[in-house]
Amino acid sequence: MKARKVTAAAAAVLALSVSATACGSDDKDDKGSGGGKKITIGIKFDQPGVGLKTPDGYTGFDVDVATYVAKELGYKAGDIEWKETPSADRETALQRGDVKFIAASYSINDERKEKVDFAGPYLLAHQDLLVRSDDKITKGTDLNGKKLCSVTGSTSAQNVKKEIAPKAQLREYGTYSECIDGLGSGAVDALTTDDSILAGYAAQEQYKGKYKLAGLKLTNENYGIGIKKGDSALQKKIDAALTKMVKDKSWEAAVKKNFGPANYKNEPAPKIGDIVK
Amino acid sequence: MFDFLEDYDLLEAFWMTVKLTVFAGIGSLVWGTLLAAMRVSPVPVMRWFGTAYVNIVRNIPLTVIIVFSSLGLADVFGITLGAADDVDVMSFRLAVLGLGAYTAAFVCEAVRSGINTVPVGQAEAARALGLSFSQVLGLIVLPQAFRSVIGPLTNVLIALTKNTTVAAAIGVAEAALLMKEMIENEAQLFLIAGIFAFGFVVLTLPTGLILGWLGKRMAVKR
Repeated sequence: MKARKVTAAAAAVLALSVSATACGSDDKDDKGSGGGKKITIGIKFDQPGVGLKTPDGYTGFDVDVATYVAKELGYKAGDIEWKETPSADRETALQRGDVKFIAASYSINDERKEKVDFAGPYLLAHQDLLVRSDDKITKGTDLNGKKLCSVTGSTSAQNVKKEIAPKAQLREYGTYSECIDGLGSGAVDALTTDDSILAGYAAQEQYKGKYKLAGLKLTNENYGIGIKKGDSALQKKIDAALTKMVKDKSWEAAVKKNFGPANYKNEPAPKIGDIVK
Repeated sequence: MFDFLEDYDLLEAFWMTVKLTVFAGIGSLVWGTLLAAMRVSPVPVMRWFGTAYVNIVRNIPLTVIIVFSSLGLADVFGITLGAADDVDVMSFRLAVLGLGAYTAAFVCEAVRSGINTVPVGQAEAARALGLSFSQVLGLIVLPQAFRSVIGPLTNVLIALTKNTTVAAAIGVAEAALLMKEMIENEAQLFLIAGIFAFGFVVLTLPTGLILGWLGKRMAVKR
């Protein structure tokens, strides 16, 4: 009994010192992380399959990726503090240093690149439609005249209005959950946003078999990991972690685990720095 | 710094805000005055209805009312206000309905406080002349009451102007919705929020100044 305690203690000390040295080396450009014991990561709390807060903890693809990256940076899963970063808040959270990095369905674009830096991309998603299982929508223009639902002000909603189907009847609500009930009752015909998020909804227990992804690939969304502008050391480390994640098949496993049940046909893992326009 | 503004129609979004304010303002003024009349009427059931309406509607969050008009009235009960095949028009009308119904509760209370400033003798004298209740209220009491509540009603109107931003929750293309879009695209939270805050000050400050001046001029000196 005693011997076991001693070994356990020794192992703990060893683990601590290893993680401490791992962080100690990159502490120069790392103000305010409190000696590197804890890491704060920004995710979404309300997107099933991508980033979701549940009573039992946090689940989703972004959460799995972030956990893997944090592990490569020398933080154990228990050292991670998750912080909700809604779309409008992501750049300021990084600039203020509230979070070390953000993995929150964060599409890389030029405007955002002026404010923050991105590691990755780690997933290529497309804007898509979620429709009732018996519906036939094969191209974007089929949507003209149909009732479509998306989140207020989101890029997906703007794309529909400007490019994909200007004559579609677009309803905008605060959250996708408000849309998805309308889809069930027939008040709307389709729900639109990134296919990864839609797959997460379709895979939820209560919607299984009722809805399907149309698979239209309307746009390309390159999900990157947002970091503070100019932190190239962290960027390199995260890129290395992402490369390793793809190599040792953890990436594939995370995709299958989070999006699999919805028949989501994922793109192959994107190469680092390779942004699909 | 401001060059991205060219891509967005700020004026159109604020024009939608103005339209929401004007239509909901007129609606709430009419409905609120009727409610106030009910609350001081001699018929118990009307008094009861007025009191119940004000106390219920005023205590429900506006977001709940607006979202209910869209998710509940339109989607579940099929009340589309004559615009079943144009979602934008329908959302606008539902938003006006929700905003008007909510603001009316506050207008009612402002008008009722104005009625209380009119000396009881005025109503008694009018009754003695043989005027009916609606004549007493419409010819004698309300005209005096309104002159004393221009100030409080201005506050209600300014609150309504700002409350129109809640209409973004059901996708009415007004200022708050454009703000969300711009923040999503441009990643400039403080600059964009500042522009919209300024826009609302431009809308509400003159309202307050003009109506405040009017209120002082019109007030009945007793």
